[in-house]
Amino acid sequence: MFHNLAQLIRYRGLIESLVARELKARYRGSVLGFFWSFINPLLLLLVYSFVFEFVLPNRSPEKPYALFLFCGLLPWTWFSSSVLEASGVLISSGNLIKKVLFPAEVLPIVTVLSNMVHFLFGLPILVGFLIYYRRPLELPEILWFPVVLLTQLILTTGMALIVSALTVHFRDLKDILGNLMTFWFFATPIIYPMTGVEKGSLQHTLLNLNPFTHLAISYQELLFYPGNPPGPFGHWRGLVILLFASIGLFLVGYFLFDRLRDSFAEEV
Amino acid sequence: MLAIEASGVTKVYRRFSNRRQFATLKSALLKGTLLRDLHPNETFAAVRNVSFAVPQGSTYGIIGRNGSGKSTMLKLVAGITKPTEGSVRVEGRISALIELGAGFHPEISGRENVFINGIMLGLSKREITKRFDEIVEFAEVKDFIDAPVKTYSSGMYMRLGFAVAINVDPDVLLIDEVLAVGDEAFTHKCLDKFAEFRRRGKTILLVTHSLNLVEKFCDDVLWLDSGRIRGEGDPRRVVSAYITDVAKTEEKNLAALDARTRERVDHAAPTSAGAAIEAAGDAIEPPANMFMASEGRWGSREVEIVDVRILGEDGAAKQVCQSGEAASIQMTVRAHMKVEDVVFGVGVFNADGVCCYGTNTDIEELEIAEFSGEQTVTFRIKSLDLVEGTYKIDVAAHRVDGYPYDYHRLLYSFRVKSHTKDVGIYRPPHTWEFTAGISVKDIRERK
Repeated sequence: MFHNLAQLIRYRGLIESLVARELKARYRGSVLGFFWSFINPLLLLLVYSFVFEFVLPNRSPEKPYALFLFCGLLPWTWFSSSVLEASGVLISSGNLIKKVLFPAEVLPIVTVLSNMVHFLFGLPILVGFLIYYRRPLELPEILWFPVVLLTQLILTTGMALIVSALTVHFRDLKDILGNLMTFWFFATPIIYPMTGVEKGSLQHTLLNLNPFTHLAISYQELLFYPGNPPGPFGHWRGLVILLFASIGLFLVGYFLFDRLRDSFAEEV
Repeated sequence: MLAIEASGVTKVYRRFSNRRQFATLKSALLKGTLLRDLHPNETFAAVRNVSFAVPQGSTYGIIGRNGSGKSTMLKLVAGITKPTEGSVRVEGRISALIELGAGFHPEISGRENVFINGIMLGLSKREITKRFDEIVEFAEVKDFIDAPVKTYSSGMYMRLGFAVAINVDPDVLLIDEVLAVGDEAFTHKCLDKFAEFRRRGKTILLVTHSLNLVEKFCDDVLWLDSGRIRGEGDPRRVVSAYITDVAKTEEKNLAALDARTRERVDHAAPTSAGAAIEAAGDAIEPPANMFMASEGRWGSREVEIVDVRILGEDGAAKQVCQSGEAASIQMTVRAHMKVEDVVFGVGVFNADGVCCYGTNTDIEELEIAEFSGEQTVTFRIKSLDLVEGTYKIDVAAHRVDGYPYDYHRLLYSFRVKSHTKDVGIYRPPHTWEFTAGISVKDIRERK
């Protein structure tokens, strides 16, 4: 397993070019092409702003609510699209696995990375709006941002490896997963703030067990409430614990993937 | 030094029953059969205990019928699947031409696909840049290299895939029946490329149905049959053993086919014949246009053709004959009453239904004076001068005026094999002669 894991570094050129291909292929043929990566989150943010300002004025204390929502939604989209796409990636690339000597783990990793690039393209839009609403980022705090990013990357990759390997054997997983991710979304403080959940209640404990809760809180704290509470990044303990848990999940995921690897060429 | 060494390789594929096919993760979890369902309840060995060694620099062929495990063996050598038992060891960089352009993405251009495909096959970006022009030129897609691959014709797609794979500059090249991708000229180019590989001392493993190619190119041949080794070694010897075996199977298939046709006709015959006899006390009428008629049997059966055999030179019954050999059509006939007016006839038809030859005893002015009981009639052909193909036979016993006793229409078939790929129907025994100014070399001997 660790031997294979070390091999991954050798495939970085392949991963790089496959991510580039994925991104190119996605917008090939459309007029605006690559700009869609910027326009999509912008339009999404505008739609949410419109809905929550005029259609369903929100009573939540987070103002502007659409911006709060967006801070959690953008990383969530990265996470959920990666996991959902990963569930089908081995099957749809069956040709590669069956006919070419090809390191299969590259495929879910490429899925996660290309979705990460979309997420990164969405960030300037978010930052632009933060500046528009006069919510400047705090310098010492924002240094935590790469750690949040890294944690999410490892967590997502671990999930993607597990899901992609299992779906080869259980095709139904793909359909279950869609609903599971919707449930997971509502079980994460993205559309509601964690502060609204009563501390010590059962919901609070359960939410705390959800790994994405800590990511969402971290993003919100860094982007939406900079300097509130004042001082350094308040959720760092939760984040660091999650980082180690994510590394664990990644190793478990990679182990599972490695064990099932030989069956892929026969089952896809 | 060995480039490929397979020892005791067995590959077992798992087959799941229908029950498993519809089982789902949910039901597996609910019933607690998750682990059990992951185990196959039926297995199928695609390759069984196969060992072979390919020395470096040699060209090794694998032949065998469809489903004999050739491609599985190639995938095992390529490392795409792992053997269930035994081991495969390969020295050096492998490039597998199993499915051409397998990694192409339809939406992006040929240029980008060449790069990505090359990286997938283990080249670095720099190496591809260096060979890019060569690849494009080889694939003959220069004008379309910046167009998305989805707009390519299937031939262009395959050619580009081939060009990339062959330019990986492998030490061991695995080829699975991919030469059929291009036109004649491209095939020649591929063959030249293989020849160049051989000259440079690279190892080639070739899976193919083209026995010609095997005889021409390979140093050694492995013949697989249902996953087991049936023969190995000198191409000419193995290929000819293989051809004999294929002929045997063909014979079996032809016999089975004929038996089925006859059964069908016999099942249909009694009722209609009975009805016809009841109605007029006469035989069933032959079809209006005899040459258009398909398989069938008709006649009054006063004389019955009980059995028909095709005999080879040695007098043994067979259904696959070599062109130019002697052969006979032998029928066992039985007269249910004493008959004085009888003609025996034979007709040979090719697959298009063209009558290649037809004759009968009346045409050849043989008058059969009397005939009773069970007898044998043999139509002996000195030399079966037909081109390669499958032929069907009509046999008949009838009166001089055409009234049929027993007419078997296209109920028997045989196959003619030939080394020469000439065309037409009939091959007159012939030779070529040249005056001294034309120098001629018989290249058949070269193989």
